[in-house]
Amino acid sequence: MNVLFSLLAVGVLIALGYLGGQVAGLRFVFGVVIPYAAILVFIAGLVYKVIYWAKSPVPFRIPTTCGQETTLPWIKSSTLDNPHTTLGVLGRMALEVLFFRSLFRNTRMEIKEGPRVVYGENVYLWAAGLAFHWSFLIIFIRHFRFFTEPVPGFILAMQYVDGFMQIGVPVLYLTDLFLVAGLTFLFIRRLWSPQLRYISQAADYFPLLLILGVALTGIWMRHFTKTDIVGVKELAMGIVTFSPMVPESVGSVFFMHLILVCSLFAYFPFSKLMHMAGVFLSPTRNLANDNRMVRHVNPWNPEVEVHTYAQWEEEFKDKLEAAEIPLDKD
Amino acid sequence: MSQLPKSDELAKVDFTPPDEHWMDTKVDFEKRRGSWSYPGAKKNLEYVGFPNPRQWSPLDEDWKLPDNWQQIIHDGLMDRPERYRSLKVFMDICVRCGACADKCHFYIGSGDPKNMPVLRAELLRSVYKKDFTTAGRILGRLAGARSMDLDVLKEWFYYFFQCTECRRCSVFCPYGIDTAEITMLARELLNLVGLNINWVMEPVANCQRTGNHLGLMPHTFKDNIEFIVDEIEETTGVKVSPTFNRKGAEILFVTPSGDVFADPACFTLAGYLLLFHYLDLDYTWSAYASDGGNFGLFTSHEMMKRLNFKMYHEAERLGVKWILGGECGHMWRVVHQYMGTHNGPANFLEEPVSPITGTKFENTIDTKMVHICEFTADLLKNGKLKFDKSRNDKYRVTFHDSCNPARAMGILEEPRYIINQVCNNFFEMPEGTIREQTFCCGGGAGLGNDENIEMRMRGGLPRGNAVKYVQDKFDVNLLACMCAIDKATLPPVCDYWAPGVGVAGVHELVANALIQDGENERKTDLRGEPLLGFEDEEEGGE
Repeated sequence: MNVLFSLLAVGVLIALGYLGGQVAGLRFVFGVVIPYAAILVFIAGLVYKVIYWAKSPVPFRIPTTCGQETTLPWIKSSTLDNPHTTLGVLGRMALEVLFFRSLFRNTRMEIKEGPRVVYGENVYLWAAGLAFHWSFLIIFIRHFRFFTEPVPGFILAMQYVDGFMQIGVPVLYLTDLFLVAGLTFLFIRRLWSPQLRYISQAADYFPLLLILGVALTGIWMRHFTKTDIVGVKELAMGIVTFSPMVPESVGSVFFMHLILVCSLFAYFPFSKLMHMAGVFLSPTRNLANDNRMVRHVNPWNPEVEVHTYAQWEEEFKDKLEAAEIPLDKD
Repeated sequence: MSQLPKSDELAKVDFTPPDEHWMDTKVDFEKRRGSWSYPGAKKNLEYVGFPNPRQWSPLDEDWKLPDNWQQIIHDGLMDRPERYRSLKVFMDICVRCGACADKCHFYIGSGDPKNMPVLRAELLRSVYKKDFTTAGRILGRLAGARSMDLDVLKEWFYYFFQCTECRRCSVFCPYGIDTAEITMLARELLNLVGLNINWVMEPVANCQRTGNHLGLMPHTFKDNIEFIVDEIEETTGVKVSPTFNRKGAEILFVTPSGDVFADPACFTLAGYLLLFHYLDLDYTWSAYASDGGNFGLFTSHEMMKRLNFKMYHEAERLGVKWILGGECGHMWRVVHQYMGTHNGPANFLEEPVSPITGTKFENTIDTKMVHICEFTADLLKNGKLKFDKSRNDKYRVTFHDSCNPARAMGILEEPRYIINQVCNNFFEMPEGTIREQTFCCGGGAGLGNDENIEMRMRGGLPRGNAVKYVQDKFDVNLLACMCAIDKATLPPVCDYWAPGVGVAGVHELVANALIQDGENERKTDLRGEPLLGFEDEEEGGE
């Protein structure tokens, strides 16, 4: 149900894109208006959400510690998994964001005869996730060749490295392969495992299929229909220079690709994809474990009713005297 | 109490999710006896001024909720994201990757999909989405959203009191989503309409009144410790003389009240007494700050603050220089991660310095509270203790990292160092079950009660099974730990999953090995059980 809905949604988007490319009156809407709107929604949504999060205070310092804390000088502490300095936190966050440190720990539990509970290594999710995210990032950056003139050297270099296998004409980018492979794995994994299928929602399948759609239409354009690159670049440059135009030569597949990309941008701030920004704000990761060294202030530190010593002594006075425990009121 | 199945039966866990969508399954409390806790008694809620005190049972059709309970929950859910960024972020960014699923001891032991941390959070997230997101309002279930109703509330009660806030899932989550935080806030919401459990509320009410969870009044508190003093004299011939509420002492010592009361935790307490006597430490107990533990943590942040108040309050009154804290799990979560914020700054105290070694505990310069294992590790490192390791030779020891010291603090090496110094036979449990990946005892966060025994044993499976592994492989017969709840909950876990393995505190082992001036010729350990090589004598002597 959730899968079908997601599939249907992506199908409708592709059909819309096709339509947008075919109907003359719609080409400007789909080639210019929608992209502008999508970028606007993306930026505004992202900023809104991050501000919305940041407006709330972090009342307590609650890092999840994953190694020895800093205590006595002769005990080696885990500076990255249990940092007590800002530098350490930056390191921990860098490992988390760039290499998915926590997911790398992933294990797979199994109960065998005995009973014997065993925990096997399980790097597949980590590997597929890493391949997918990094490839997507590189592909995203590579696309700036359409938005820049002249194209900066680092993008050309990136392109060169990405295609160093020299397979086919135009050359096959490795990141394209990794992206599709990673996404496919993540998608199949969700369907394959009964437990994962049980927890999966439309909001889990949809982005996977959407991005898969983006990737496949992109590959299709590059390797099969050979879309007019010059036309695409004119369109892209038109958008960034605020002199939009839609060249005749740009075909339907491009419009399918574009509507999927625009949908992704517009959908992003309202979805779980916001983990991209949210991971930076996660208080179990982005705070130093220096709790007993530096006081963390809670801006709304609540006034509470307490039971003071004096009240306690009053209540148990007789018993304290009988037990010869010294009193304050003597 | 329900009939507890045999362990090999219980270990046959079915991980197949039900056919029905998770939003359609309801909790049948009658069928699930043994996996939930009795509700908070009226008198306890009244004592601390909690909402909706009444007699009720989860088995009743009518939970006697306030008429406007839905509004109360909604308002509570609206207010908390404004105060806790964690809640906003955790509600918004979960991608349901499932990495957390088989990390939860309750999921491993029960196969119930709602014990996957992701789905536990989804119980709250679904309502949050419905109430506060446009997509959720319009698309409903398709967007993972659902309206709050009585069945949902009952499900919250069941599953948020089926999480021990151990944070193991949070170690594996790529965004650090912390189910403990979600459970804590969900329990706050439940408390707004009077849903809580007595094994939390009774200790809370006791602690507010007497200063300790067990409700020991000052004279009883003192009596209990003096009883242990007598026991010590009998076994060791050493007369220790603790003081109570003594002004001008250098150090205030605070430990969980379980140590004062329960077996085997009381042997840990004997260990502290002997160690402090050996050092001639200028310290005092307090019958007012008579518990370091804080079950307020399992109700609300505010209640946690109320109960924790007494430590600094008493330290200031007595004029001590700093505070030393005993072996405890959740107490150290509060002391390490909340106390400074809640009850600090403690400017009336001094930066802790060990009077024996002169070591400055620089990691505690703000809160001024030192963990007993930090204190003792420093003593051992500086060669200040004379001990005979062989007195622990009858034990083949493994070490259980308690959840909170491991994942909310990171005190991993100190206890290991101490154990290795005072014991000859130490063996680690398998990787993936120790240090930050340690497994809960199954009874933390207020769930360690008798009526919840089946769920405790289920949740105890991963820990118990790891103990069994070292028992089979290395003949381990003692599980050391540094948490008072562990000392109460792990003995049944071991009896059930790894029979023959006992449980002891780290400082019990320290004091077993410690050579005191003027002691008897030692033939028994602190428990009065014969040392290795003295078994026959013991039998003959009796």
